Amino acid sequence: MEWEVVIGLEIHAQLATKSKIFSGASTEFGADANTQACAIDLGLPGVLPVFNEEALRMAVKFGLAIDAEIGKRSVFDRKNYFYPDLPKGYQTTQLHHPIVGKGYIDIELDNGETKRINVTRAHLEEDAGKSVHEGFGAMSGIDLNRAGTPLVEIVSEPEMRSAKEAAAYFRKMHSIVTYLGICDGDLSQGSMRCDCNVSLRPKGQAEFGTRTEIKNVNSFRNVERAIESEIQRQMDILEDGGRIIQETRLYDADKNETRGMRSKEVANDYRYFPCPDLLPVIIDDDYIDAVRATLPELPDAKRKRFVEVHGLSSVDAGVLSANRELAAYFETVAETVNDYKLAANWVQGDVSATLNRLEISIAELAVSAEQLGRILQLIKDNTLNNGGAKEVFNALAEGKGDGSVACIDSLVDSMGLKQVSDTGAIEAIVAEVLAANAKLVEGYLATPEDKRAKAIGPFIGLVRKAAKGVNPQVVMDVLQKKLNELG
Amino acid sequence: MHNKTIAQIARELAAGEYSSVEITQALLSRIEQLDPVYNSFITVTPEQALAQAKAADELRAAGQAGIWTGVPMAHKDIFCTNGVLTTCGSRMLGNFVAPYDATVVSNFNAAGAVCLGKTNLDEFAMGSSNESSFYGAVKNPWDLERVPGGSSGGSAAAVAARLVPGATATDTGGSIRQPAALCGITGIKPTYGRVSRWGMIAYASSLDQGGVMTRTSEDAAMMLNVMAGFDPKDSTCVDRAVPDYTATLNDSIEGLTIGLPKEYFSADLDPAMAQQVRAAVAEFEKMGAKVKEISLPNTHLAIPVYYVIAPSECSANLSRMDGVRFGHRVADPKDINDLYKRSRSEGFGAEVKRRIMVGTYALSAGFYDAYYLKAQQVRRLIKNDFVEAFKEVDVIMGPVTPTPAFRAGEKTSDPVSMYLEDIFTIALNLAGLPGMSIPCGTVNNLPVGLQLIGNYFEEGRLLNLGHKFQQATDWHQQAPAGLV
Repeated sequence: MEWEVVIGLEIHAQLATKSKIFSGASTEFGADANTQACAIDLGLPGVLPVFNEEALRMAVKFGLAIDAEIGKRSVFDRKNYFYPDLPKGYQTTQLHHPIVGKGYIDIELDNGETKRINVTRAHLEEDAGKSVHEGFGAMSGIDLNRAGTPLVEIVSEPEMRSAKEAAAYFRKMHSIVTYLGICDGDLSQGSMRCDCNVSLRPKGQAEFGTRTEIKNVNSFRNVERAIESEIQRQMDILEDGGRIIQETRLYDADKNETRGMRSKEVANDYRYFPCPDLLPVIIDDDYIDAVRATLPELPDAKRKRFVEVHGLSSVDAGVLSANRELAAYFETVAETVNDYKLAANWVQGDVSATLNRLEISIAELAVSAEQLGRILQLIKDNTLNNGGAKEVFNALAEGKGDGSVACIDSLVDSMGLKQVSDTGAIEAIVAEVLAANAKLVEGYLATPEDKRAKAIGPFIGLVRKAAKGVNPQVVMDVLQKKLNELG
Repeated sequence: MHNKTIAQIARELAAGEYSSVEITQALLSRIEQLDPVYNSFITVTPEQALAQAKAADELRAAGQAGIWTGVPMAHKDIFCTNGVLTTCGSRMLGNFVAPYDATVVSNFNAAGAVCLGKTNLDEFAMGSSNESSFYGAVKNPWDLERVPGGSSGGSAAAVAARLVPGATATDTGGSIRQPAALCGITGIKPTYGRVSRWGMIAYASSLDQGGVMTRTSEDAAMMLNVMAGFDPKDSTCVDRAVPDYTATLNDSIEGLTIGLPKEYFSADLDPAMAQQVRAAVAEFEKMGAKVKEISLPNTHLAIPVYYVIAPSECSANLSRMDGVRFGHRVADPKDINDLYKRSRSEGFGAEVKRRIMVGTYALSAGFYDAYYLKAQQVRRLIKNDFVEAFKEVDVIMGPVTPTPAFRAGEKTSDPVSMYLEDIFTIALNLAGLPGMSIPCGTVNNLPVGLQLIGNYFEEGRLLNLGHKFQQATDWHQQAPAGLV
């Protein structure tokens, strides 16, 4: 039978507020266990939550970025369950009245088409702490530093039809929240996590099949792999005439398989009710407009501009707009050299290769955008040829220079990379080369006219070997002229 | 030394008639001597109290004393006190030394008051007789066979027995007004949001409100002056200026309209009580007030609504008492579920468990709409009754309880009859209105309370009425035999 895959994602993004959603404790990652948990985060008797307005501003910003309805009256609810890293015995979240309603994002498919994925809602909630199972013998340790970190949970419609689409959606959300500056997007620290709802149905059937939920997947690659393996598992069961059980599963990246969580780990009746300690959050159009005014240019708009205004290909524009920092780097280079295509080639070529080779992010690259812009300027005015430019770039990447733009020009000098374009000088070298290689010249002259273009190659190599930094175009012109004079 | 009001002590300290250390010492001795009988304190803090008193005397010597400097009082053991055991009447918190002060506690500390200790209460403020405290029942000083009311029975008994001139308390369904009535003292529950709930251990968050228990309306005004006010740490606290409640105590009540809800004078009310309440209302008529019969048609729904909403909220509020981070933890738990189950089974008493279970049920999938949601809708109807009534009258009066103090053990096996004890008080909490109880007579030598209900933030009016009544009568000066 032919099956259709149905996927919906719930993405948790930690908001980049300084303090927690309901307390003044710091949200910084990596502190010693329980040093960033105050009485409120510990859920001590008598404490009360106070809502952090910065979390509200960020959630509204997100809502506006995905063109969503903004909840002018949002309400916090208590979601009740017992777990040691949930100090109050309930999570404060938003059930019926989320801050962000229906919105959408567009993802790009492999065939170059765009697909719209609708977002059902996004709501604010508090993160739980962490249970630590190693180093405590038969006991478990609890670290409540993360407890109360603000999260926005983004719920998609079940509109993705492949693991690739799901990964593209996750990437796009990552791109949006980092562009907005509302999430640091650090997947390795759990700043963004994803629950994947997966089901299969016979192609053409309207009703959804029974779904499973893969919890807490935390990388783009694992989203794709986890869903792929779950699709395969479900398909095997269905093909054998079996039934899918609705359950929560975990993805084991080492074994590349999902496994069902023990039923004990799954609570089923959360007994939601409005949190009586928090008032409904009321906002008006003025508030929303003020937040709207702070929205940066988002990846889709940037991509469109790269294509329409600066003539980049759709693929290049997509790559260069996906990451906020890379895009900013690229634009600075492009503006400095005033050539978007040249900048695009370099950023996607040497810059990306260097980042991969050194395993660093664009922020850690030793070559600043202004410096690369200057290097490209020197290509454009024929001071550097492409090879020389690469040498300067690599030298900078390895830590040479003082970080300034001015140091580029002195590096070019000291490395002897300045290109020779003086025709007289080149003619003299060419004359020497031709005189020293009489046999080659004979061979060339014996070559039929239509094959001479290829036969000129070895001479170019010899000239460039004899004199570093000669302008290859000038060399070509002189060679052709001299050889033609000979025969 | 012991039969003094707060106002009197403040005046006499200022006049140098005695020191704060002296009166503190006197009251501590009295507590030590008499409280084994009443059991009104869970924790007495003589060292801290004497240190505060000494500091207060020094402040006075330095000419920096305020009205409250050196005046003794006590806190209900539901308010967190930094470094002092805070049990909430439960075994669950039998080892909980709060690491911070409730805002109410900070306010009294800042005013220079001397805290003698922490008063007894029904476990987690759930009860109307103070029999559910893990630390033993409190006795009514008027009759040791009878209950002092609850949940603030410790504060009420301590004030009635003249162990302390005033104490903080909380009221979720009548927990200030009912024990005040049963112990013959004055108690006021302010408007919801008037007093910060920060550090006040939550029973039912949308109903809980801190207030005071004293022997006079004037003292209650003095205490409320310290307690009331906006607190950025409590989102439900209202940012609104606090008037000086003592400034309006003597205002004329000429022309004021008093509403008497016919539902409050129903068959549930002991006729002898009704007579006392009507006599008290007549006292106000003598002072120029007018009386009008009104109707609060949804009164009969208040108890069922309360017993859905309060247990629902408490079922979540008490989830943090899980034995993981603080409080009672069972010995040798097999695993985390065993730790939860046995710690909570051992830590909570029967009434608390009953309410957690009722609330858990009411919030469960499939029942939420029929119980919690419906209760919230009816709650609005109850509130609207009052909103309508206050279009016609300035203040509402009626009884606090259907009967005087009942015998200990009389209602413990019948929870519903215990719940009906709050039939006249509970609606105010649902509406968020301020209410006050003042002594207005006795039946069979047991005190009877008059309930005064004000519009939102009209605490000043209630205290004014209470004060005028206490100027004209002496019910508030009557004391249990042998205690004055």
